[in-house]
Amino acid sequence: MELQAVLMAAGGGSRMTDLTYNTPKAMLPVGNKPLMWYPLNLLEKVGFEEVIVITTKEVQKAMSTDLKIKDVKMKLDVVSIQEDGDMGTADALRHIQPKIKTDILVLSCDLITDVALHEVVDLFRAHNATMAMLMSKAHEFTETVPGQKGKKKTAEQRDFVGVDKSGKRLLFMANEADLEDGLSIRKSIMRKHPRMLIKTGLVDAHLYCLKKAVVDFLTENKSISSIRGELVPYLVRKQFSKTVNSQKLKDDTDDQTQEKNDGPLLISSRDEPLLQLAQERSCWNDHRGDMSEAYHGGKLRCYVHIMDQGLCCRVNTLAAYIEVNRLAPKLFEEPSVHPSADISERCQMGSDSIIGAVCHIADKTSIKRSTIGNFTTVKEKVKVTNSIIMHGVTIEEGCNIQGSVICSNAVIGRGADLKYCLVGNGQHIEPEGKSTKNSSDRL
Amino acid sequence: MLSLIVSEGKDLTKEEKQRLRKEKKQQKKIKEKKDDKASQENEKEKKPVTSAAPASQPPTQPTPTKTKAELKAERRARQEAERASKQTKKGETGQQAATSKPKAPPSDLQPVVKRLPEHIQVDNPDVLKKLAKKLERQQIPLRSDYGYKVSLFSHLHQYSRKAPLTQQLSIPSTVIHPAIVRLGLQYSHGIVAGSNARSVALLHAFKQVIRDYTTPQNEELSRDLVNKLKPYISFLNQCRPLSASMGNAIKYIKKEISNIPSNCKEDEAKNKLLNCIESYINEKIILAGVAIAKCAIEKQKISDGDVILVYGCSSLVNHILCKAFEKNRKFRVIVVDSRPRLEGKEALRRLVQKGISCTYVLISAVSYILPEVSKVFLGAHALLANGYVMSRVGTSQIALVAKAFNVPVLVCCETYKFCDRVQTDSFVSNELDDPDDLIVTRKGTTPLEGWENESSLGLLNLVYDVTPPDFVDLVITELGMIPCTSVPVVLRVKNVDQ
Repeated sequence: MELQAVLMAAGGGSRMTDLTYNTPKAMLPVGNKPLMWYPLNLLEKVGFEEVIVITTKEVQKAMSTDLKIKDVKMKLDVVSIQEDGDMGTADALRHIQPKIKTDILVLSCDLITDVALHEVVDLFRAHNATMAMLMSKAHEFTETVPGQKGKKKTAEQRDFVGVDKSGKRLLFMANEADLEDGLSIRKSIMRKHPRMLIKTGLVDAHLYCLKKAVVDFLTENKSISSIRGELVPYLVRKQFSKTVNSQKLKDDTDDQTQEKNDGPLLISSRDEPLLQLAQERSCWNDHRGDMSEAYHGGKLRCYVHIMDQGLCCRVNTLAAYIEVNRLAPKLFEEPSVHPSADISERCQMGSDSIIGAVCHIADKTSIKRSTIGNFTTVKEKVKVTNSIIMHGVTIEEGCNIQGSVICSNAVIGRGADLKYCLVGNGQHIEPEGKSTKNSSDRL
Repeated sequence: MLSLIVSEGKDLTKEEKQRLRKEKKQQKKIKEKKDDKASQENEKEKKPVTSAAPASQPPTQPTPTKTKAELKAERRARQEAERASKQTKKGETGQQAATSKPKAPPSDLQPVVKRLPEHIQVDNPDVLKKLAKKLERQQIPLRSDYGYKVSLFSHLHQYSRKAPLTQQLSIPSTVIHPAIVRLGLQYSHGIVAGSNARSVALLHAFKQVIRDYTTPQNEELSRDLVNKLKPYISFLNQCRPLSASMGNAIKYIKKEISNIPSNCKEDEAKNKLLNCIESYINEKIILAGVAIAKCAIEKQKISDGDVILVYGCSSLVNHILCKAFEKNRKFRVIVVDSRPRLEGKEALRRLVQKGISCTYVLISAVSYILPEVSKVFLGAHALLANGYVMSRVGTSQIALVAKAFNVPVLVCCETYKFCDRVQTDSFVSNELDDPDDLIVTRKGTTPLEGWENESSLGLLNLVYDVTPPDFVDLVITELGMIPCTSVPVVLRVKNVDQ
């Protein structure tokens, strides 16, 4: 077995609480499919047969009733953890360490992408890397976000990512929050890689290929609790630490008796001398211009694949959620209207709208650039533009909904006029109500 | 051919014999057809073959759909009968000799079926179809050729590095062992390059395969493991064509596996195989290298004051030079390099790191620098049975220029790289590397950028070439120093040993 897939679906969606206080983030509908279906589909397409899903009991229950997730042909090994416990992603990995038998591919449930996964895994395989990850160029979100008064530019903490001149080897990674008075780069890195490109406009897709030794390392170092926040920067820094390079690993027995913290990280495989011989005899070097051998003799290597084309989006903010609802359906060639939906003939439906199952759309309605969830009822003379309507919603006659997000089981009263609003779960909007740019979940 | 012209009498008897043989064959055929077509025998009876035994009448099965087949069978039988009757009529005439002259020689002399390996028949669509079928059976994706191929080399594969084979494989690869997938990737990216490195890496991967192997029920390890290895070898071949050294290593392993006695327990057998692999690497690569270095240094092939020219990066030549330097021989080295691989830079780094004083030139300057040179040391990818040396492209040029300047050329090669192929030119069997490697960006411009759109432009990136034995003065192997023409002797001795 080469790789085991681990899907982290226990996240709370802390940056979009309006959407997630009733529906867990992993089950939010995107294009009428639950959010966690997308990474599962990616894994299935590529050929995985089993996935370990780490999630909460709530999500586990929701998964067992959801049709789309039942459609997934892979074997899902669901591990549930406490939702109130402050478990980070690395803690979760530590929790499932007994199940891990080979190298792992860690995904987050909020990743929607059409990346060719072999690009990331090939870097991991070919260079015998300790970690390989996926990043993508960030795109501006163009849609107006409901519930936000004015264009609020959240001061996002920037990520500084340093890569070598081939663009594949990861040399430096730090978040603005951790850098107090400026970015400092160690001389040892500059000596080995005199040309380094530092990029800031990248989105971390939270897709990591990690060696099994890293999981074993986590079980010994219980202080690391988040993969993204702590483990990855630690590994990137460790590539160039002195202890790693000045050691010449001789026997396997020597390794096992080492009491160093990073001992497990550098576990040498059997036949290390053969691999060493092959590398010595090979006339390949990853860099030119100095006297060191390939990889500068470093055993720990981190690689990154930066996508510049294609969709790669993490759905962890409201803006991202809206953007992705627009783009995700284009990834698949499914009919935009579910066969069980009941749509009357005099309804004007745009081609980029999606209608879910068992919907009732009455006459004289106009639905443009919107997503309508399952079991929704839309009565006459309703105009829905640019909106996302989740499951079980009832929209009475004469409503005008524009640029809004309406969560499950809400009821929009007759004649309501909503512009750029966010209606929470199970809310009732009173008839003839007029709201603009309102986030109404406490009405 | 001569036998026919000798005497009529002999011909006739031979002709008669052949005629009888043919008649018997036809009778057999018709009998078979009669047995196959179990319907409508009445019409067939009307087509007698001269001495055809009346076939038993199977019950008629009235199937109207068989009429077409039946008609075909009738026609065929009729033709056979006519042919047979013709032969009986024209039995003694000389025409018989004429008509069967073209037939006789093939049956006289056993036809030598020349089977060309498929990897040099890429422009033949039938061969490609066969290859596709074979790969499908082994569940390995077919790698498609890339770009326009220069016409002289259109019979070879040409792949692009940007389209790796792993694109079409499932990610946790189940069909192919992960160690082999990793190896294939490393071959196609060029991370493991050089025939020694490739063989060692291959044997290392095979060790992992053997460790993870379990004999299925009702199968013998000796047969099943060989079958398991076949798709892996096809996969590696698709990633990058196998080298001669790898081919010999694979032959050795297959032989060792099939020699495992059937009563051997699985663990024992696996241990035995792992030890075999270890000892192969130890003997043929590591110790052979040590022996060659010792030979070269002690027999004064590297003496004080020498100026040695090396080409590209050969692990064996580098090893010899480093060992000689350790033994305090005073010499300097000239490293000759060529595009697009620029392997000489790596050789330069390794030698300078040891402290050897080196000069670096490109191959275009070889005739300028050669008057300074006292010896040329070349590495080899393989030594062919007719004494030709197959090595990195450019080696034959260096040997030629050295010959013109009367500089001795020494080739260093371990015996496991000797192969019994015969080649006299570099066209028939070669390897085409990714043509995009030739594209270079200088000062912001890339002149060859849109080369695929030019219909009359082809980029050629050859990997190997062959050097005739007249240009090579000595081959240093672990068996000693032999002339190039003694290679078949060594091969014969090796075969006898095994």
